[in-house]
Amino acid sequence: MPQLHWEDFTPGRIFEHGPRRLPRDEMIAFAAEFDPQPMHLDEAAAQQSMLGGLAASGWYACCILMRMIVDAFVGNSASMGAPGVDEVRWLLPIRPDDELTLRATVLETRASKSRIDMGFVRFEFELFNASGERVMILITSLMLARRERAAS
Amino acid sequence: MKFWEDIVVGERAELGRYTFTTDNIKAFARRFDPQSFHLDEAAAARSHFGALCASGWHTASVWMRMMVEHENRENDARRSRGDPVATFGPSPGFRELKWLKPVYVGDTVTYSTEVIDKRASNSRPDWGLMSIRNSGVNQKGEPVISFVSAAFVERRKKVA
Repeated sequence: MPQLHWEDFTPGRIFEHGPRRLPRDEMIAFAAEFDPQPMHLDEAAAQQSMLGGLAASGWYACCILMRMIVDAFVGNSASMGAPGVDEVRWLLPIRPDDELTLRATVLETRASKSRIDMGFVRFEFELFNASGERVMILITSLMLARRERAAS
Repeated sequence: MKFWEDIVVGERAELGRYTFTTDNIKAFARRFDPQSFHLDEAAAARSHFGALCASGWHTASVWMRMMVEHENRENDARRSRGDPVATFGPSPGFRELKWLKPVYVGDTVTYSTEVIDKRASNSRPDWGLMSIRNSGVNQKGEPVISFVSAAFVERRKKVA
């Protein structure tokens, strides 16, 4: 597949990726490093929490989503990063050893006014668990190089 | 955590600081964000970033670590005073996250948080919600990250 540029992301285009399993030990290792709260580390404590059992840190979910985006298409694109994230909603707990599937939908695109060699692509990213329940939504714009500008 | 009733809109706390290194930037990027400008000095020099820089998710995840460590210190102080400790619940999400400047090797980011809103939970009477604006500033005083998140905080038990 040729490298993807800004022009390739047309509104409505969908990229899917997965399933990707989230091993318990990796989920807990992330929490120990970045989000050491009992609900993410300890089964007994997590049972007592609002989450009702051990659940992934929301930041782990973001990081896994990022990795799935890279593996799905960003790794084969003229990515220039992202200026931020419009919105993230953690809808349901993500459990150890669950398998997540990514769906990325292009919402809109626009050329950069200040940089003629790049454009923005606004996406809705959704993660689904093995039962098909939507567990997370992330809306953001990615920056990508423009093909015709890169070639000229 | 203090109880939801005791949270005052406008209160601010400095959470801690973290130094980004070649090793921790690359280790994080290899796991979660393997793009060349987070992994390879030469490729990063050719990119619009100009030098190796941290994944934005690394900068954000460290904020969480700083927040938890800050709350743990505050809770230890409460316990030593004999004060009760409220539970800090999960978060329904965040918004308006901006990576304002790249975080480069050697940068030290100081993280902080400010309460900007609070409201009762309609669905969970034992809990309230707070909205907080979180930020990170590098050693030159330049903001590098900002976002607004929400979190559940335990309410005081009603006396029957």
